[in-house]
Amino acid sequence: MIYLLCLVLFSLGVYCVLRKRNIIKIIVGIIIIEYAVNLFFILVAYREKGRAPILSSQTPILNMVDPLPQALVLTAIVIGLATTALLAAIAMRIYEKYGTFDITKIRELRG
Amino acid sequence: MMLSEQIIPLFVVIPLAGAFLISLLGKKVKLLPDMLGVLAGLILCILSILSVRLYNASGALTYSVGAWRSPIGIEMVLDGLSVFMLVTVNLVAFCIALYAVNYMEKFTAKWKFYTLFLLMLAGMNGVVITGDMFNLFVFLEIAAVASYALVAFGTERQELEAAFKYAVMGTVGSSFILLGIVMLYSYTSTLNMADMNSVLLQKGAGSLILFVSVLFLMGFGLKAALVPFHAWLPDAHPSAPAPISAMLSGVLIKALGVYALARIFYNVLGVSEQLSSILLFLGTLSMVVGGILALGQWDFKRLLAYSSISQVGYIILGLGLGTPLGILGALFHLFNHSVFKSLLFLNSGAVEYATDTRDLRKMGGLSQKMPLTSTTNFLASMSIAGIPPFSGFWSKLLIIVAACRAEKFGYAFWAVLVSILTLAMYLKVIKFAFLGSLKDSLTRVKEVPLFMKLSMAMLALICLVGGVLLLPNLYGAFLQKASQILLLGAEYGAIFIKG
Repeated sequence: MIYLLCLVLFSLGVYCVLRKRNIIKIIVGIIIIEYAVNLFFILVAYREKGRAPILSSQTPILNMVDPLPQALVLTAIVIGLATTALLAAIAMRIYEKYGTFDITKIRELRG
Repeated sequence: MMLSEQIIPLFVVIPLAGAFLISLLGKKVKLLPDMLGVLAGLILCILSILSVRLYNASGALTYSVGAWRSPIGIEMVLDGLSVFMLVTVNLVAFCIALYAVNYMEKFTAKWKFYTLFLLMLAGMNGVVITGDMFNLFVFLEIAAVASYALVAFGTERQELEAAFKYAVMGTVGSSFILLGIVMLYSYTSTLNMADMNSVLLQKGAGSLILFVSVLFLMGFGLKAALVPFHAWLPDAHPSAPAPISAMLSGVLIKALGVYALARIFYNVLGVSEQLSSILLFLGTLSMVVGGILALGQWDFKRLLAYSSISQVGYIILGLGLGTPLGILGALFHLFNHSVFKSLLFLNSGAVEYATDTRDLRKMGGLSQKMPLTSTTNFLASMSIAGIPPFSGFWSKLLIIVAACRAEKFGYAFWAVLVSILTLAMYLKVIKFAFLGSLKDSLTRVKEVPLFMKLSMAMLALICLVGGVLLLPNLYGAFLQKASQILLLGAEYGAIFIKG
């Protein structure tokens, strides 16, 4: 069920990238895609009634959440940040040169 | 110098350290970016050639990052295929760094260029030597983000547009790859490639693997610019500065796209019948569509970019055949294509540097004014078109013979046909740019400076003698080892778990 939600989020992001004309909205679409993947990654690691994976001598560890994806998602978020920052920087420069955010008007390359 | 698995991380550490130093000091010390960039390229080139000897002496080596043991920690693997790719990447990168010393004079922030260049190199070397799925993704993004920034380096209208298009498509492609990695992780509970392979063998491939294959095919296909996903390439590659076009077309699409595709499909997931027929079809489609579109171009670099799509088609076709000869041909063509396509892009850069135009119709008779550029361009063109005795002939011959042996005569026919198309498009370049009478506007054109000449001459030499890689001595040490790794397929996991 909750995986389905991820799929919906992912599809929304892809739709946004494909259909929107505004550069900023495309960037938002990309962010949504990234978040959908990250959320999915975290959910994959989740165990029903799991506890935090902290080693302690008193309690035996029985049912813990998989800690590896959490570490990996942190990396993925940082990569997403770099990409978004770069995209935003390019979008600003494009606005300076073309004076518009509409991609149908930014079409000098073709063929 | 002691040679052991300790040299493996150096392939990532040296360019990263170089990038750091250049970004720190490059603004103040004028000569530092040039020197560090070329020096890092040279050291990496030497190291990669040393690693060929190392691999031949001691077999596959692994390095555990942070001394965590292999299925848990991140692992770096030096095997035949990664050695082969390292040599290809670093050889071309060195020539390009040398070329950029003169070429990048006309841009203002040279140190920024070298920082991004070395970051991209670090990412590519990382992709090639890593043995860990998530690590592959991280290095892939390092190289990709650096290349988005490099495409936008000129910050003019067209560069920005191309960079935005490339960045959007590239990011969506990376998301597909990450999604595939997540699904594989949830299925196998491991990220180590060799470990994953053996777990998959035990569990058997379900329908999930099919879905993951499709995700990877989209993601890496986008990075490799296979035809349905190729739209970014003809914009991005011509817009970048010439050394970067050479880097992108020469090695980036191969390290990020073709190598990762081959590594994951052959060594991790295992190739099925459907998958290889998809690869065959996509390869042929790229070959034909790229070739036909290239023929109609008048922009020098745009023509080369379309021709890259067509040549990557050959490589994918060879990989899709899956026979030993086909894979050998594909890898050999990958090496040759990196050399002659980067040489051709450097030629186009030299022409642009001297004449300030990329339009073939405005050129003419340049061979009188720029003898070295036109000679090297001629060599590279003949090589890419597959004229014997140049290197491109041998690799294309291998692919076509492999297709015939596998009784796929239709694909062999298309491969021959596209080879003729390639010849036609490069004859067009030679005729309009270099032969004929000199245009009046071009009478004051001069040959390019020393370093640009030097790097073009080096690459041309490799084009000329590239065929020697098929001689028994070198062949056994270099190409054959690389194709053997891919042919291992399902046994790949078993070998590395032991070690």
